[in-house]
Amino acid sequence: MLSKTVAELATALAKKEVSSVELTQAYLDRIAQLNPALNAYVTTTPELALSQAAAADAQRAAGNATPFTGIPVAHKDIFCTRDVLTACGSRMLANFTSPYDACVVERLQSAGAVMLGKTNMDEFAMGSSNESSYFGAVHNPWDQDRVPGGSSGGSAAAVAADLCAIATGTDTGGSIRQPASFCGITGLKPTYGRVSRWGMIAFASSLDQAGPLSKSAEDAALMMNVIAGADARDSTCLDIPAEDFSAQLNQPLTGLRIGLPREHFSDGLSSQVQEILQLAIKTLESLGATVKTVELPNNHLSVPAYYVIAPAEASANLSRFDGARFGYRCENPVNLEDMYKRSRGEGFGDEVKRRIMVGTYALSAGYYDAYYKQAQKIRRLIKQDFDTAFKDVDLILGPTSPHTAFKLGEKNSDPVTMYLEDIYTIAVNLAGLPGISLPAGMLGGLPIGMQLVGPALSESRLLNVAHQFQLNTDWHTQRPEV
Amino acid sequence: MTWETVIGLEVHVQLATQSKLFSGSSTRFGAAPNTQASLYDLAMPGTLPVMNEEVLRMAVSFGLAVDAEIGQRSVFDRKNYFYPDLPKGYQISQLDLPTVGRGTLKIQLEDGSEKIIAITRAHIEEDAGKSLHEDFQGMSGIDLNRAGTPLLEIVSDPDLRNAKEAVAYLKKLHSIILYLGISDGNMAQGSMRCDANVSIRKKGDTEFGTRTEIKNVNSFRFVEKAINYEVQRQIEILEDGGRIVQETRLYDSDKDETRSMRSKEVANDYRYFPEPDLLPLVIDDAFIEAVRATLPELPGARCQRFVSQYGLS
Repeated sequence: MLSKTVAELATALAKKEVSSVELTQAYLDRIAQLNPALNAYVTTTPELALSQAAAADAQRAAGNATPFTGIPVAHKDIFCTRDVLTACGSRMLANFTSPYDACVVERLQSAGAVMLGKTNMDEFAMGSSNESSYFGAVHNPWDQDRVPGGSSGGSAAAVAADLCAIATGTDTGGSIRQPASFCGITGLKPTYGRVSRWGMIAFASSLDQAGPLSKSAEDAALMMNVIAGADARDSTCLDIPAEDFSAQLNQPLTGLRIGLPREHFSDGLSSQVQEILQLAIKTLESLGATVKTVELPNNHLSVPAYYVIAPAEASANLSRFDGARFGYRCENPVNLEDMYKRSRGEGFGDEVKRRIMVGTYALSAGYYDAYYKQAQKIRRLIKQDFDTAFKDVDLILGPTSPHTAFKLGEKNSDPVTMYLEDIYTIAVNLAGLPGISLPAGMLGGLPIGMQLVGPALSESRLLNVAHQFQLNTDWHTQRPEV
Repeated sequence: MTWETVIGLEVHVQLATQSKLFSGSSTRFGAAPNTQASLYDLAMPGTLPVMNEEVLRMAVSFGLAVDAEIGQRSVFDRKNYFYPDLPKGYQISQLDLPTVGRGTLKIQLEDGSEKIIAITRAHIEEDAGKSLHEDFQGMSGIDLNRAGTPLLEIVSDPDLRNAKEAVAYLKKLHSIILYLGISDGNMAQGSMRCDANVSIRKKGDTEFGTRTEIKNVNSFRFVEKAINYEVQRQIEILEDGGRIVQETRLYDSDKDETRSMRSKEVANDYRYFPEPDLLPLVIDDAFIEAVRATLPELPGARCQRFVSQYGLS
């Protein structure tokens, strides 16, 4: 039962094969059993979950069920939750309870979802392995010596290990897609502005976007139906009518034009990953799609541009964590400067401090033009590359990550090696486009994902293609033995 | 030797909106500390700014009143610095693309002649909160009621040549904002605050001398006294063969003197960059014309009308 998709669970709940309370209790039991080893959750909320489940059962009995009524979900610990800790992977917020709910949390709750708890993550979403969390690394359920990816590593591991039906995540440079690839699940990063950022703790405001980590593309569409849509509290949230992301899920792929970026299929991508992608492409071709090579000539500039823009924005976004009003404050500060220095010095971890310093430097007088301005120009070039490619193709297919999940500790001694993890995902954030990672094969007993990227607001198309692929393959149904 | 004084003024006007620039909190003056501070004003994690359109209307009405260019596309920027009364650790302001561009203000001099003072720009920004240093036994209290109140910072060119001109300019600005109804202009409560940039040079020189900035002078009379004191101070230094240090100075009205505030501090680097949480403000002609239609008759125009209509002089 616990490995079922949201769509399947909704049917089971509707047919009264199980109640939400029973389902919630079963997930809570499994979390109690497996979470000590996996560390996917930093906070569990059993009492709240059971009361929400009882309310959901009552709502269903009253005939007011939505597809999410009674579905147990997990939230990345970057989303503010009223009365429940929101630590964002940091010592800085280890004691922080938000006075309000994030928009995403609020909308899922209104749809009847049950919150099981909050999932582990890289500190302030800065990382690609989940190892920068103040609460310890998450272990990949496929191989507990390996990382689950990051920064939404806890959400990805929880979905893969059946510790929830579906989870929320955020993606600034690949933080939904890369962990989805490493954990063998589906992860969608929506178009920038699709989902409100209200209540989502900011890392890099112009890049951050919330989205689902799920067991299928169909489920991702179901969650998008709930969380996407205009919100007056976020000025960057698109003011467009709500969309039914499930409506397009059964379109044939006949005539679909798929672009393969030359730059993604060249050096740097192992022959095994290439083979897996070629098999996936054959499946899509057999469903009626055609493929052609496209160029993304500035893709190689995406990582350097990102590591100027994201830290620059982060350096300002994280200034509010100063020990004055909430979060960590050092013991016995002697004066204001001492309070600032020690609260931030002790409250933030190394990677966060590194990025604040890089961002502060990039914005400094005399360096702004050379770094920040230049990076913004590259950002426009990268966007133009995609615009040009999408004149000829409907979507772009490539790897999500260069490889499968790596070993814990393998890459965290050299930041640049870690930054290159996101070489295929970062450009998508810089261009503000939607991207989805879905399981495409197995390599040495570990899952590996492929990424589909579409033009702005093409989520329905991406979800349909992913769904058609999943109707014809079973990579997404494989589960680790935990 | 004859010295010439050069003065430019930066005037912060608190706009008389019901709610704050980027949040729904009330802007009423005098409420109990922190009772008018919303989640956003407290800079709670995850909160975001939403522009108050009334602020834009007021800024544009000021721009029209001083014949200024209205920025069709204005952009907010983050100005970064740490201070407890600045909860986000940055102030949202406008750097390169302010809502109000170059304009002019006509002032009347003592001899009855008129002088045109150029307005460099007027930009929208958030006010900070207040630090309370009394009653906390060695600690400081923070009141964020004022944090996020909308300000219009009106910057003049260095066109003013003595303290009396500066006061005439300020009084003219004051009457315009009152006519427009965009601020109560109460200097004692800080609804209108003035920083004066003052330098001197030898009569006939074309280069400006090194300037000092006198902060937060809160009455017309004090502006005049502070500038006169500062000019005299600078003359004495230069005539003694010294040089002026570029610095911020505070006017002490009790002692009638200016004092160095941040002499040791190196120039602040505010690391401005465009505010990613807000879209650029795009102002179309229809908006500008709608604001123009609401403008009252301004003091200068009314005065002229009275002169021509009733033959007053």
